[in-house]
Amino acid sequence: MKALELNDVSVFYGAVRGVEGVSLYVDEGEIVALLGANGAGKSTVLKAVSGLIHPRHGTISFFGEPFAKLSAHRRVIGGLVHVPEGRRIFTTLTIGENLELGAYGTQRSRTERAQRLGEVLALFPLLEQHFERLAGTLSGGEQQVLAIARAMMSNPRVLMIDEPSLGLDPQKVDIVYDMLEEVAALGTTVLLVEQNVALALEIASRAYVLQQGSVVLSGRSASLAQDSRLSDAYLGKATHDHG
Amino acid sequence: MSLFLNEIGNGIFLGAFFGLVALGYSMVYGILRLINFAHGDFYMVAAFVSYTILGAVIVGNSHAQWWTVAWVGLVVMIITGGLAMLANQLIYRPMRRAAILSLMIAAIGLSQVLENGVLVAPQWGATYLVYPVTTPPSGFNLGSNHYTWGQLIIVLISGLLALGVYFLVGRTLLGKAMRAVSEDRIAAVLMGINVDLVIAIVFFIGGALAGAAAVMTGVYYGQINYLMGFTVGLEAFTAAVLGGIGNIGGAVVGGLILGIVQSIGTGIFGAEWAIVVAFGALVLMLWFRPTGLLGERVARRM
Repeated sequence: MKALELNDVSVFYGAVRGVEGVSLYVDEGEIVALLGANGAGKSTVLKAVSGLIHPRHGTISFFGEPFAKLSAHRRVIGGLVHVPEGRRIFTTLTIGENLELGAYGTQRSRTERAQRLGEVLALFPLLEQHFERLAGTLSGGEQQVLAIARAMMSNPRVLMIDEPSLGLDPQKVDIVYDMLEEVAALGTTVLLVEQNVALALEIASRAYVLQQGSVVLSGRSASLAQDSRLSDAYLGKATHDHG
Repeated sequence: MSLFLNEIGNGIFLGAFFGLVALGYSMVYGILRLINFAHGDFYMVAAFVSYTILGAVIVGNSHAQWWTVAWVGLVVMIITGGLAMLANQLIYRPMRRAAILSLMIAAIGLSQVLENGVLVAPQWGATYLVYPVTTPPSGFNLGSNHYTWGQLIIVLISGLLALGVYFLVGRTLLGKAMRAVSEDRIAAVLMGINVDLVIAIVFFIGGALAGAAAVMTGVYYGQINYLMGFTVGLEAFTAAVLGGIGNIGGAVVGGLILGIVQSIGTGIFGAEWAIVVAFGALVLMLWFRPTGLLGERVARRM
């Protein structure tokens, strides 16, 4: 079953092209990476899927159902969650409140939320000790963990995450990636956007490579890792980007 | 000294009105960063609507039974909340992507429409209208001042409403969603929060509080006028800024402080100085502490 399928999707910001003719799919239970240099259109693809921006043409379907006119918050209720670039946790709210809001769309009753909170805290024990602290006081790595945990509060069928390694030291990156693998092992489908190719290919089964708004390369991680065209897609850019 | 205490008593009473209207300003500012200049006129319209409803249900009995006033008050709160929500839906929501200055100009425009609408409406118009209900003069003495039971009830109702808002914003899931929308609208959408609905609810609550304040103003002061929203709006806005705009606790604290400062000021200089004292306090606050008393610091930012 295809959890997510994009067919010939094009997004424009006014006259400026975001992405053009992007087709890709993610099977249920799979981790798929979306790779590419800065500005290649990776985040644009995620925003189009989560409904933050609307494609000029093309179709996006979620477990076979077309998304078309569904507004962004309804897609979350439907089981799709998007951890955006920069994490965007609510810094003026406590960690507990952040987590609770993660369940806003899907777990409407207090008991459902409490039960889900227990399940999520079992996955992310780090957060339990800081429950009453303001989220803005967390370190970058902890904020990323919170962002993933908050997304998992909705018990999503598909998790989309944008640059989880950005700005983190290697040790924290390992922690965050372990968590993503754990989330996937529990049956959540993951679409991962990442500039760090080696890292992403390690946990993804397949990957798509975007260059200037179009998919230029795709395939299984193992074969992509050895494909010289992959580094070509990054050349001239990847060496300048840190993160 | 006892004169001073009297002024504080009067100030708390006055501050209760300011606080209620200031809450609406502050909540809308918190969630949209919009200073809704039409807010004072929601209060004014509420006073006229309640005047008409009370006039219809009470004939010749100026000391109406309290529950009549209570249910009319509730109805007016709902109507005023609905009016604020309608203004959001018809005017502010379509402009959500526009610059905030455009929204503020639209708010000033709406304020003019409401004032002049009431001015030309049959039965309402330009003259001071005598409110159909007044509070009886019986009450209690505190120091050398006489307070009526009506005043006490007004302060209590205002306090309860403010506490209710504080609880709603601080403790409930809806309140957390309001604060989330206030901080980061995109992130809030990605939580599955219906942002437009949350904003609409904030307008409703702000309007309803203004409605409650309007009925209490009518009952206590006994007369209403189509320009009453302008002054109270500015004073409540001052209160919101004094306390730290966008901050729920700040609106109430700012209202009380403004009420007390204005009472003491008019006690010293005379009643005609009320507005001068209020805006003098605003200027001083902006000078020494531009974020307001509780601004950007403790407590709940909406």
